[in-house]
Amino acid sequence: MAERGDLSVHDAPDWAVDRPATVLPGIVATRQAPHSLRPLIGFTRDDLLVLGGALLSSTCIGLLLFGRVTPLRGAVGFVIVTFVIFLGVYGLLVSVTERRPAVVNRLMSALMASAALIAGAALTSVILFTLWRGKEALVKTNFYVQDMSAAGPSDPLSSGGIGHAIVGTLIIISIALVLTVPLGIACAVFLNETRHPAARFVRTVVDAMTALPSILAGLFIFATWILILGFQRSALAASFAVSIMMLPITIRSADVVLRLVPGNLREAAAALGASQWRAVWYVVLPTARPGLATAVILGVARGIGETAPVLLTSGYTASLNLNPTKNPTVSLPLAAYEFVRSPQPTLIQRGFATAAVLMVLVLVLFIIARILGGRPAGTLTRRQARRTASRSAKDLARFEAHVAGVR
Amino acid sequence: MAAITTVHDPTGFEPETSRRDLSARRGRGDRIFYGGAFGAGIIVLSIMVAVGLFLSLEATEALRKTGISFLTTAEWQPDRGVFGIAAVLTGTVMIALVAVSVAMPISMGTALFITEVAPPALRSWLVSAVDLMAAVPSVVYGLWGLYFFQGQVIGVSRWISSWFGWIPIFAVSGADSNNPIADSTVFTASTFIAGLVVALMVMPIQCSIMREVFSQVPLGEREGAFALGATRWGMIRAVALPFGRGGIIGGTMLGLGRALGETIAVLLIISPRFDINFNILEAGSNSVSSLIALRYSESSGFGLSALMAAGLALFAMTLVVNFTASAFIARSRSGASSEA
Repeated sequence: MAERGDLSVHDAPDWAVDRPATVLPGIVATRQAPHSLRPLIGFTRDDLLVLGGALLSSTCIGLLLFGRVTPLRGAVGFVIVTFVIFLGVYGLLVSVTERRPAVVNRLMSALMASAALIAGAALTSVILFTLWRGKEALVKTNFYVQDMSAAGPSDPLSSGGIGHAIVGTLIIISIALVLTVPLGIACAVFLNETRHPAARFVRTVVDAMTALPSILAGLFIFATWILILGFQRSALAASFAVSIMMLPITIRSADVVLRLVPGNLREAAAALGASQWRAVWYVVLPTARPGLATAVILGVARGIGETAPVLLTSGYTASLNLNPTKNPTVSLPLAAYEFVRSPQPTLIQRGFATAAVLMVLVLVLFIIARILGGRPAGTLTRRQARRTASRSAKDLARFEAHVAGVR
Repeated sequence: MAAITTVHDPTGFEPETSRRDLSARRGRGDRIFYGGAFGAGIIVLSIMVAVGLFLSLEATEALRKTGISFLTTAEWQPDRGVFGIAAVLTGTVMIALVAVSVAMPISMGTALFITEVAPPALRSWLVSAVDLMAAVPSVVYGLWGLYFFQGQVIGVSRWISSWFGWIPIFAVSGADSNNPIADSTVFTASTFIAGLVVALMVMPIQCSIMREVFSQVPLGEREGAFALGATRWGMIRAVALPFGRGGIIGGTMLGLGRALGETIAVLLIISPRFDINFNILEAGSNSVSSLIALRYSESSGFGLSALMAAGLALFAMTLVVNFTASAFIARSRSGASSEA
C-alpha cells in the first residue's frame, strides 16, 4: 500500500514530459508492519492444533463438571455441556492469534459443522439402535418366513415371524404401483407436454395434495370405500389410501424430471416429422427414464413406510392373507407399530426387527434410486450406448441399401 | 400423425400459388395421446378434489351441530355432543412448533455446511445422508424416540424445568426440583419429546430446500464478497443468507406443514390428554392426527363426522402453511423449486 504514494511521472508517456507533472497526494504509511495474506479457506497445522486442543480441554472440563456443578444427567446432557464449553474454549484459543472477524468465522464454521454432525449422529443412532434392538429376531430364519398366527404374545423368538407382513407390504405396494405409475407419469406428461390451459390448475392442486396428512388419506378411504360402499377392510383399500399419498409425490418429481428434458430434443423430433405422441414416447420419456424411475422409487419409499393409512383401511392380522380384496392384510410398518404396543419384551424385539427389515427395504430402494438418478437425463449406460450404436449402424445400412436400390 | 408430411418431388419445383395452411392438424395418434394425457390429469384432479370435498361434506354434520364452539371446546365426547378441537389443535401446533424451532437451526447449519464448508468429496455423502433421513419411515423414528431418545432427553427436560420452570411453558406440575430422583414419569410422553422426534423427520425436508437455494447463490456475488476481504462467514452473512431468505422461510414452513400432519411417531410417544396444555415438558399431549388414529374405529357415524371435521381443520392448516411456503420460495430471488 505504501508504494502508492510514490507513483509519479516515471511511467508517463513521452508527450507528457514537458507538461507539469500530475502529482498524487502521497499516502502516509501508517502501519509499517507488513502483514501476510490471511488464509481464507482450508486448515493450517495451527488451526488443527487449536481445534484439537479445544476439543480435548472441553471434554476434560465437561467430564470434570458434569454431574457435579451442572444438574444435567444422561449422555445428551453431557454432550450439551461439553459443546457449550468447547465453543467458549475454541473462541478463546482462536482469539489469541486472530482478530474478531476471523474468530466469528471460526465459531460459525464450528457451529455449522456441529449441525451436520448432529444430523449425522441422529441418523446413525436411529439406524444402529433399530438394528441392535432387533438383532436377536433378525438372525432367525423363521422370522422371515412364518407368520404370527401360531405364535402367542409370550412365545420365544424361535417361533413366529413377519412373513405375512412382508408379503402384505409387497401386495399393497404392488397394487399401489400399478395404480400410481401409469396415472402419475401420464399426469406429469399432461402437465408438461400438452400446454393445456387446465395444466396450471392441476399442478396447483397436486401441489396442495402433498400437504395432505397421511391419516386423512386413510380416513377418506375408510369413510368412502369401507363405510359407504360397504367393502371389507383389505389390502386393496390400503393400497388405494397409499396411492393417494404416493400420487402427488410421484407426479411432482416426474414433472420436474420431464421439465429438465432439453427442449431441442423435442424440436429435433418435431423437425424430423414426428407427431407429438411419438416425440413423447420415443424421445422425451426415454430421455427422462432414469429420473422417472427415481420419481417412482421415491414414491414407493414414501408409500412403503406409511403406517396410518394402512392402520385405518386394512388393520392388523396375525396370519398371512393372500387375497387383496378380503380381510385385513398387515404391512411392515403397521406390524412394527402393533408389536411395540404390547408390553411383552419378545414382541418389542420383534417390533424393532420388523422396523429394521422395513428400513433395509427402504435403504435398498433408496440406493437404487441414487444409482439411477445419479445420471443426468440422456446419459446412456454402456449397454444402452452399444445398443443405440448398433441400431444406428443398421439404419445406415438400410439407407445405403435404399440409395443403391434407387440408383 | 401423417398430417403435414406431404413430400414434394424435389425435381418438379412448383411455386405455391395459394397460401399454405400453417395450422397443424392433429393426427389420430396425437388425438389419442391428448385424450389420454388429459384424462390422466382429470382423474388425478378429481381424486384430489374428491378427498377435499368429501372431508368437507362429511364434516358439515358435526360442524353444524357444534358451531363455533368446535374451535373452543377442549373435550372430545362426540356421543354426548361435547367435542371440539381446542386441545388437539393446540397440541398439534405446539408439537410442530417445538419440532420446527429445533429443526430449523440444525437444517440451516447442515445446509450451509454442505454448500459452503464441506470438502466436495464429503458433500455428496452428506446430501445422500440427508435424503436418506427423509426416506426413513416415520414408525422407525417413533420406535427410536420411544425406546431410546426419551430416556436420554428426560435429564434435559428436568434440567430445563428446574432452572427455567418460572417461564410458563417450561413449568411442570408435579416436578420437585429438590428431589431429582423422585419420578421421571412426569417428564415422559411430553410435547417436547414428541417435538424433538418430529424435528428429526422434518429436518431433511427443510435442509434439502435450503441447500438447493444456497447452491444457487451467484458465483460473482460470492467472489465479490471474498474479494472485499470477507471471511467465509462474512460472505455467508452478507451474500448467501439474504439471497436465500425466501428459501429459508419457505423450507422452514414446508417442514412445519409436514410436522403438523405427522401421525404415527407422535401417536407412539405421547400419552393423549384432552385439555389445553401449554407446558411442553409435562407428560401428555395430543394431536389431531393421533386423535383420528385412536378414535376412528370406535366411532359411530356422527363420531366419524366429528373426526372428519378435526381432520378438515388440520388439512386447512397444512394447506395454508404449504401454500405460504411455496409463495415464499417462488417469490424469493432464488426461486428454487419447492421439492419436498
